[in-house]
Amino acid sequence: MRRSDLGEFEEVVLLAVAALSPKAYSVVIAEELERETGNSVSTGAVHAALQRLEQKGYLTSLLGEATAERGGRRKRLFTVTPLGGRILEEVRAVRNRLWDRIVPKIRLEWS
Amino acid sequence: MTPPRLADKLLTLFCAPHLREEVLGDLHERYVLRVQQLGEASARRRYWRDVVAYMRPTFIKREASDYPTPTHTDMLRNYLKIAFRNLTKNKVYSAINIAGLATGMAVAMLIGLWVWNEFAYNQTYANYDRIAKVMQNQTFNDKIDTWSGQAMQLAPELRRSYGGHFKYVVTADYPGNHLLSLGNQKITKSGNFMEPDITEMLALTMLKGTRAGLNDPFSILLSESAAKALFGNADPLNKLINLDKKWAVKVSGVYADLPQNSSFQNLAFIAPWELKKKDLPEWLSWGNSWFQTFVQIADNAGMDNVSATIKDAKLNKVRNNDDTRFKPELFLLPMRNWHLYSEFKNGVNVGGQIQYVWLFSIIGFFVLLLACINFMNLSTARSEKRAREVGVRKAIGSLRKQIILQFFSESFLVVSIAFALALLLVLLALPGFNSVADRQIGIPWSSPLFWFSALGFSLLTSLVAGSYPAIYLSSFQPIKVLKGTFQVGRFATLPRKVLVVVQFTVSITLIIGTLIVFQQIDFAKNRPVGYSRSSLLSIPIKTDDLITHFATFRDELLNTGAVEEVAATDSPITDTYVTNSGLSWKGKAPNMTDEFVTLRVTHEFGKMIGWQVKEGRDFSKEFPTDSTGFVLNEAAVAYMGLKNPINEIIQWGDGKYKVIGVVKNLITQSPYEPVKQTIFFINYKRVSLITVKINPAKSASEALAKIETIYKKYDPDNPFDYKFADQEYARKFGEEERIGKLASFFAVLAIFISCLGLFGLASFVMEQRTKEIGIRKVMGASVANLWQLLSRDFVVLVVISLLIAGPMAWYFMQLWIQKYTYRTELSWWIFAASGAGALLITLLTVSFQSIKAALMNPVKSLRSE
Repeated sequence: MRRSDLGEFEEVVLLAVAALSPKAYSVVIAEELERETGNSVSTGAVHAALQRLEQKGYLTSLLGEATAERGGRRKRLFTVTPLGGRILEEVRAVRNRLWDRIVPKIRLEWS
Repeated sequence: MTPPRLADKLLTLFCAPHLREEVLGDLHERYVLRVQQLGEASARRRYWRDVVAYMRPTFIKREASDYPTPTHTDMLRNYLKIAFRNLTKNKVYSAINIAGLATGMAVAMLIGLWVWNEFAYNQTYANYDRIAKVMQNQTFNDKIDTWSGQAMQLAPELRRSYGGHFKYVVTADYPGNHLLSLGNQKITKSGNFMEPDITEMLALTMLKGTRAGLNDPFSILLSESAAKALFGNADPLNKLINLDKKWAVKVSGVYADLPQNSSFQNLAFIAPWELKKKDLPEWLSWGNSWFQTFVQIADNAGMDNVSATIKDAKLNKVRNNDDTRFKPELFLLPMRNWHLYSEFKNGVNVGGQIQYVWLFSIIGFFVLLLACINFMNLSTARSEKRAREVGVRKAIGSLRKQIILQFFSESFLVVSIAFALALLLVLLALPGFNSVADRQIGIPWSSPLFWFSALGFSLLTSLVAGSYPAIYLSSFQPIKVLKGTFQVGRFATLPRKVLVVVQFTVSITLIIGTLIVFQQIDFAKNRPVGYSRSSLLSIPIKTDDLITHFATFRDELLNTGAVEEVAATDSPITDTYVTNSGLSWKGKAPNMTDEFVTLRVTHEFGKMIGWQVKEGRDFSKEFPTDSTGFVLNEAAVAYMGLKNPINEIIQWGDGKYKVIGVVKNLITQSPYEPVKQTIFFINYKRVSLITVKINPAKSASEALAKIETIYKKYDPDNPFDYKFADQEYARKFGEEERIGKLASFFAVLAIFISCLGLFGLASFVMEQRTKEIGIRKVMGASVANLWQLLSRDFVVLVVISLLIAGPMAWYFMQLWIQKYTYRTELSWWIFAASGAGALLITLLTVSFQSIKAALMNPVKSLRSE
């Protein structure tokens, strides 16, 4: 895993895109993350992360339809590319392996 | 329900246009959600926070346009890059180029600012175009003298007989220092007595009171600064103050200080002419040109017409009396000419200050030209090194036009850097320059005209300086250059040589000129003065008490021991301005209109200044008849054509005077003019100055303190004022010395810039001839041989410039020196010395490079390819 390529926030955003696909765009992602983490998340931060991920080739985007609450403006919808999917898998695999190596006794002591 | 408008506006301002739609859409959609979840107030707060969160580079950065203007910046950027690389690669050349150009520009800018300031003189007055001063020409012995002085009868006459031509006619005294007092507070300020219309003529800006305030004969108008000095922050309006301890006057107005750089800049107060008039003797007539007359011509009148119309205004009034023989002719001197064209010779305007404006404009132009020549020479010299670059550019497809543009932009870059540096230099030099030129000039940062002309000036300089290399370099044929068969023709260096000759011609001419100015000053300074000025002090008499009690005043001063002698005169010994006429003597030609300088003195005067009696004797108290005795100077004896002057009787008015002595000529006026015929005679009444000789054994400050205490006893009101005669005498050279100082400054700069160029050129030539020198050394040439070989070319150029500069300088300086009657010869040694100096400086400059080249190890210079 090339750790430097994927920041923690970026990883979470990438995961969220995958989870909300095919209707993933900055507002729903920000709302979802707020709900899941309990911290406030601005669309600006999400949007910036999405742009970075697109630049790295983990996401593609296209302009979606306009809605009334957006004042007739279109939204930008994101989907995970195969490269992005592989990266997510890799990250998950690394995490799983590490989780598996934790001795059960220690896990009990935490809780 | 709508989100905060201001936040949206802010966002559209910074957010890149291509992201605006999605970003605003996201924000609005989320706002609607938030209003539902949290309510409007909280949603609005969060909205602001979200907008701020978009302030990051990714959203601010604009998308690169597909169609940029100008469409192809690549080549332009390349030109700049190459220009900078060239500058940093040849650091010495660049430094010489930029430093030389910057000094040239700084000098031109300084002179430009000064010239601008000179032309702006008086222009701040609203009626600038219509104001004039009445002047008169009078003929004495076939010589016409021009005065600004007028009789007090003139203004009423102009109003009466020529009223239609004038809007205002104003009689005024000459400005002088007067004592203003309020209670115990006293200040001395320069002011004038003028008729009330002057306020309208100068369009005074009244801060308090009205312009009409001067109509009251016991009123006074104060300038803002005078009012402040006298009253502080209190309201001066309608307060009574005392003028010269003679008149109680009411302050009827306060005007804004009159502009600097104008004829009335020091006018701290204006008092009514009526006040002064009451004090004048009744016998004043048309013959007493003691005052000034200012006019403002009528709105529809032409200055020349009016001037011609009033020509005989005075003559018509003096037809039946003695003054007719002086043939008085009146004319107007317009305000625009007061400062720059104020000198007259034999009734004709001969310019004045304008000559210096021209002189320095020309010098400034030449210094700038020298700097431009440096720039051109160094760029063309380096051109051979850049021939390859031009070849490659042309082979790739550059048009000639583009290469010309490249070199122009390169020279513009250098000029811009030099301009910035020049601005800095001017900023540093201005305070010093102002104190020498006696002006208050600043850089007009906010004036568009200044920037406009600065830009135009830079463009012009870069065009002039860059033209030659641009056109020359772009004409290279790429095939020759790239094949390596490119040879600069024999004549390619000719223009460069011509330019060097021009540079040195200008520099040497300037140096010769400066030396001659200093020689002339020295010559006049070394002229025998005929009396001793050291420790001599003159004190103006401001109260009649000093005249009536002169004898006791003198005794008291002598008793202090600090003073050697005391005498009184009617004009200062260093500036005898009183003249008289109407004398007759044995052998006088019947229709001669005589004129003498007269000096009223007291008995001890001659002894005090140490004049040298040639014939007869000095005044003495032992001979009571000396009160009707004359002492003449040699010039007067020659003027009257007296063979045996002693005991000769001279008739003057009703009195008969006997010549008792003749003294050697004393220089009491201009040291450049022959000494005028002068008569000294005893008078204890009509004196205006007390001259004191301090005991040389005592220190000046100690003596001054003692004199002041005694002076205060006789004149407690006026401040104790004094002038040293030697300082006053030295001031006669002030103007010439100022020109000499400035000219020498510019001459040094010119030679500096020229040498800078020569240095650069020499170093270039040496670099080119490295191989040649190496081979010559291998073949056995000595260092002295090589030095001679390398320096010869430059020395020849300087010798040619010497041959041109010598006659040119001789011609111009001959013209300049003509204006002095008492003048030095243009001696050959000045020309020889400046020639030798120029040669020496050239040799030093070139030798630095040529010896360096000659000392180089041939192994090194031949090995490298």
